[in-house]
Amino acid sequence: MIDIIKHFINVISNPTISFTLLTVLAPLLFPPTDWFEKYHFKFGFNRLWKKEGAYFMFSCITLFLIAGYTDEFAIKILTKPDNIPIVLMFYLIPLTLWLAMNQAYNNDERLARGEAPLEQNDPKDKVLVWPDLVYIELICLLLFMVFLIVWSVYIGAPLEEPANPAATPNPSKAPWYFLGLQEMLVYFDPWIAGIIFPIFIMGGLMAIPYIDTNKKGQGYYSFKERRIAIFIFMYGWLALWVYLIIVGTFFRGPNWNFYGPFELWDAHKVEALSNVNLSEYLWVKAWNQGLPENILAREFLGFVVVILYFVVPPAILAKTYLKEFYLKIGSTRYSTIMFFGLAMLSLPIKMYLRWTINLKYIIAIPEWFFNI
Amino acid sequence: MADEKKQNPLEKIANSQVWKSIFRTGIPVTRRQRMMAILNNVFLHLHPVRLPKHAVKIKYTWCMGGLSFFLFLVLTISGILLMFYYRPTVEYAYTDIIDLTEQVPLGVMREIHRWGAHAMVIAVWLHMFRVFMTGSYKPPREFNWSVGVLLMVITMFLSFTGYLLPWDQLAIWAVTVGTNMARAHPFIGHEGPGASLLAIGDINLVHAGSDIRFALLGGRFVGEATLLRFYVLHCIGVPFIAMILMAVHFWRVRKDGGISGPL
Ligand code: HEM
Repeated sequence: MIDIIKHFINVISNPTISFTLLTVLAPLLFPPTDWFEKYHFKFGFNRLWKKEGAYFMFSCITLFLIAGYTDEFAIKILTKPDNIPIVLMFYLIPLTLWLAMNQAYNNDERLARGEAPLEQNDPKDKVLVWPDLVYIELICLLLFMVFLIVWSVYIGAPLEEPANPAATPNPSKAPWYFLGLQEMLVYFDPWIAGIIFPIFIMGGLMAIPYIDTNKKGQGYYSFKERRIAIFIFMYGWLALWVYLIIVGTFFRGPNWNFYGPFELWDAHKVEALSNVNLSEYLWVKAWNQGLPENILAREFLGFVVVILYFVVPPAILAKTYLKEFYLKIGSTRYSTIMFFGLAMLSLPIKMYLRWTINLKYIIAIPEWFFNI
Repeated sequence: MADEKKQNPLEKIANSQVWKSIFRTGIPVTRRQRMMAILNNVFLHLHPVRLPKHAVKIKYTWCMGGLSFFLFLVLTISGILLMFYYRPTVEYAYTDIIDLTEQVPLGVMREIHRWGAHAMVIAVWLHMFRVFMTGSYKPPREFNWSVGVLLMVITMFLSFTGYLLPWDQLAIWAVTVGTNMARAHPFIGHEGPGASLLAIGDINLVHAGSDIRFALLGGRFVGEATLLRFYVLHCIGVPFIAMILMAVHFWRVRKDGGISGPL
């Protein structure tokens, strides 16, 4: 029985399945529109943010970890000292998510009833920092220091063999907090996954306060008033950052192949790779010709696709579905949102293109190191 | 002295001239004294004197910003202790790390430093998550959010530069994988798009011996020079920037109207 469950988890952990699950679930968990909200309540996802939801998530994670620590293969990854922060994150991410969403839903209900959010209090009725805050800080600090010391005494910091530039380990992994970026390398070249995306993530994050013009929901937890902003942020945070780190840490073994959490890292596992460029699809498969000599002629379709991708959807949306929104926030904000949004979406899109039609590059100009 | 009332030893200390010269307020009992306790202390003075009730609740801030800062202090102190023993050369680095656990009294400093660093990365992420979820980035706090994003990047870079220092297999390969990205930097990495455009006639300006990766590593691969570079960045360069940004961050938390709350 337990083996069947483990096998099942191995199978659904494959990014093709688990990422799809996450993508389908995201709008149901954090409904950005009324339509999704209807099903959110119908399927009872709102109960995740109540007490019973906390118990449910806690038990699932704990069961998974128990299964992991008793499994001969999973234990190797789980007990690697540098992976311990991620094991902690298994709890901390759902916990903080729950804390935020639980308070947000409470406040949403209050606001719906016309009451003020829980954080609202009489401006004259303030507390003194001494002792009310300094004591809390002191207690937090002491408890955390105890935790850190216990952690340090019981778990030694890792130290492997002395550095040897001649012996490349397989797999070679970046520190865990960069594994999301390393995982993106499967789908994009280093100049995008390692440089452009990090810059876009920084830029996109810094742009948030300037493009989110919604004045509501400032200074208290809430969901409904800000549901689109929260949905987008959650998808980026949970699916494109935390999830990819987990994949990079737990599901990637030798040669960066996929391995289920309860699977042996067999270095001889081969995965047939026959990825095809868009230009090859066009010239060779569709038009039955050789690739042209001229680089730009060869890749013209890729350029067209990329440019259209960033131009056409925003233009159409501004005229139709998002017309009011566009007029309200103006063209600069609108194009910034669209640009960062589409850049963010390009990652899942490229993932699915890889999984469905084995697409390697949309624009493939290795001569200039310019592959997209 | 005229004071007839018997004082217990603690009160005696608190009323002594020495104590009073340091902490002017004495034991904060009255409301006025409690306010002065914050105002008269340069460290506590980071705080305002009074706060709205929700702001001191753990369930509002999760203590994550404070914890990030606290971890930064823990890392600074444990890091200074580590610097007494660690020499950033290919010859000594690895053995110094072994000695740190085996020879040095209180040999958990390395652990505290390493686990504290991991914890700080997580704390900063969760802090950002909290700030997002309470909508605290909205005006007037836009700029402080941006400073925060920079702080997060700096925190990860601090952790990354430290990762190399033990000079074991884990260290050099993680850093090799990470810094390999730099060679693909558009224009300034030798395997990045546009790099070949930066040429004078036939002479490439950007090549493996002159690109951004070379500048970061101090060579064509992760070696002696890289170790020294990362050491200096890790112990001085990046913390210096982090400290300036934190000062700005804290100052702005106050100037933007204190901790956020419903308007
Ligand atoms: C080294 C990293 C950081 C440190 C030490 C730090 C520290 C703090 C502290 C102590 C506060 C006071 C309130 C609280 O504890 O929540 C605060 C508030 C704030 N932080 Fe940070 N922070 C860091 C990184 C960040 C990041 C990554 C962001 C966002 C991208 C951010 C954005 C903010 C904002 C907008 C506030 C005001 C929140 C409010 O008024 O409710 N900080 N920070």
